[in-house]
Amino acid sequence: MNKTQVLIIEDEPALRTMLEITLQSNNYSVHQAKKGKDGLIMAENHPPDLILLDLGLPDIGGQQVLAELRTWFTNPIIIISVQKEEEEIIRALDNGANDYLSKPFRTGELLARIRAALRSVISEDYQPVLQFSGLSINLEERTVKREEELVKLTTTEYNLLLLLAKNEGKVLTHAFLLRTIWGPGFINQAQYLRVFIAQLRKKIEPNPNDPTYIITESGVGYRFLGMFG
Amino acid sequence: MVSIFQLYRIERKYQYLYSIGAVLLVAGTCFVFSSLIDYHIVAFLLLVTVSLAAVSFDIKPVLVAALLSALLWDLFFIPPKFSYAVTNPEDLVLLLMYFIIVLINAVLTYRIRQVEKLARQRSEKAREIQLYNTILNSLSHELRTPISTIIGASDNLQENKENLSEANKSILLSQISEAAVRLNHQVENLLNMSRLEAGQLQPKAVWVDLPELLYGLDKKAKEADTKHALRLVLQDELPMVKLDKIMLEQILFNLLTNAQAHTPDDTKIELTCHYKNGQLELTIEDNGTGFPMDERELVFDRFYRLKNTAGSGTGLGLSIVKGFTEALGGEVLLSNSSSGGALFTIRIPAAAAVNLPIYE
Repeated sequence: MNKTQVLIIEDEPALRTMLEITLQSNNYSVHQAKKGKDGLIMAENHPPDLILLDLGLPDIGGQQVLAELRTWFTNPIIIISVQKEEEEIIRALDNGANDYLSKPFRTGELLARIRAALRSVISEDYQPVLQFSGLSINLEERTVKREEELVKLTTTEYNLLLLLAKNEGKVLTHAFLLRTIWGPGFINQAQYLRVFIAQLRKKIEPNPNDPTYIITESGVGYRFLGMFG
Repeated sequence: MVSIFQLYRIERKYQYLYSIGAVLLVAGTCFVFSSLIDYHIVAFLLLVTVSLAAVSFDIKPVLVAALLSALLWDLFFIPPKFSYAVTNPEDLVLLLMYFIIVLINAVLTYRIRQVEKLARQRSEKAREIQLYNTILNSLSHELRTPISTIIGASDNLQENKENLSEANKSILLSQISEAAVRLNHQVENLLNMSRLEAGQLQPKAVWVDLPELLYGLDKKAKEADTKHALRLVLQDELPMVKLDKIMLEQILFNLLTNAQAHTPDDTKIELTCHYKNGQLELTIEDNGTGFPMDERELVFDRFYRLKNTAGSGTGLGLSIVKGFTEALGGEVLLSNSSSGGALFTIRIPAAAAVNLPIYE
C-alpha cells in the first residue's frame, strides 16, 4: 500500500524538521514547502492526501493559501496557528480547513488529528447506523443507544448529536452549529448551544463533567470523538 | 515624596487669574477698611498673599502679583493716597524693602520647588530601574531554569547515547518535556502581563458553562501535578454566566498552579464555586502554611515574591489574578483558611441565563 502523502507548508525550519521526522517515523511520506506560493505549486504538482498549513507565512498569508487551495483541493487541510488566535482559527475553519492545532502542540495530538481528518474522507458513504465505542446512532429509526440502552433525546438534541457525529473528529464552530441546527438568526446565541451540549452530555456521557464524546474546543466550537485513544 | 508644593497643578492662565485676583481682593478689602488698618499692616497682608501664591504657582504669575501688590500698596495706601509719589523717606525705604522681600520670596520658593521636582524625578527613575532589575533577575532565573534543563538533558542524550539506560533516557526526555511546558506557562504569563500593562485588555463576555470550565481546569491541573489532592465543590445547578472565559480560566489556573507550587506535597486544595444575586464567587483554599500576615497585601504586586521562600516564581501569577479580576469588575481577597492555609476569594459580577427560553 502506498504511504499517505502529507504536505507541510511552514516557514519555521525547526518546526518543519520536527514535523517531518515525526510524520516519517509514523509511516507518512512527507513533502515540505517554506512559503505559501511554493506550497500552492507543490500541492498542484503532487496533490497530497493531507496538508498541514501554518497560518503565519512570510509571503502570502495562510488564509489566502487556504482559500486558493479550496478552489480545487478537497482533501483535508489542518491549520497550524499560534496560541490564542481564535478569530483566525474560526475564519480558517469557516473557509474550509478541517481542523487546527495551536502551537505549541503535542505530537500525540498532531497524529490523532491527522488520523481523524483522514478517516473522515473514507467514511463518506451512507451508513444506516453510526457505531462508536459505547454509543450508536440509528439514522433510519432516529434513535440513539448508549451501551445498548435507548437514550431519550429531543429532536434538537438528536439533530445536534447527529451533526457532530457525522463530522467525527472535526471541529465544528459555534456559528456553524447554530446556523445548521437553529438557523441563520441564531448565530450569536451561543448560550442555546451550550445549554443543549450540557443536556446532551448528561444523557450520553458516562461522566458529563469529564466528557469523552463531545469535546469543547475553547472559544472555537465542539468536536465529536467516537473512538477513544 | 509628596509636598504641599505639588498639591495644586493649575493651568498657567488660571494661575495669573488667581494670583492677580487674590492680590486685588486683599487690597480691596484693606482699602474698604483702610480707616481701621494701618497701611504698614496692609504691606504685611499683601506680602502673605504673594507668598501663598508663590507656594503653588509658577514664577511668572507670582512676579506679576508681586509687582501689582507693590503698585497697589503705593497707590492706594501710602500717603498721599491715589498717587505714586512717596513723600515720607521712611515709606520709600519700606516700599523698596517690600519689593525686594516679595521678589526674594517668590524666587526662593520657586527654586525650592525646582529642586524638589528634580529629586522626585530622580527617585522615580531609581524606582523604575530597580523594578526593571527585579524583573530581569526574576525572569532570567525563571526562564533559565527550564532552559538549563532542556540544554542539559538534550546534551546528555546526544553525547552520552551509548551509556544511558532506556529508563534514564526516558527520564531525561520527560524532563525536557516538562521544562518546555513550564517555559510556555511563563511566556503566557508574560504576555498576559504586558497586555495588562498596555491597558489593551478588553474582556470579551461569552456564555460560560461553569461546570465544564471548572472540571476542565481540574483535569488540567491534576495532569500537571499529581502530588496535591485537588477537590472541586460546586453549587448544584450552576447557571450559565456571561463573562470572559479565557480570563476567568487564567485567574483560576494561576491560583491553582500557585497553590500547587508553593505548598508541600499531599496538601489539600479545594476549589469552590457559587453563584448568587448576580455575583460569581469562587474560592481556592489549601491547608498549607498560608501567607505571612505582613505580606498579604504585597503578594498581588507585580514581581513580588515572598521573603522567606526558596521556591521559584516570577511574581507574575498573582498580579495577573488581581489585574484580570479587576478588569472583570471583580475583586480578589486573600485570607487565612480555618486550617491556617491560604484562602483566596474571588467575586465577579456576571449576568446569568437563569430561565433561558428554549427553542426546540
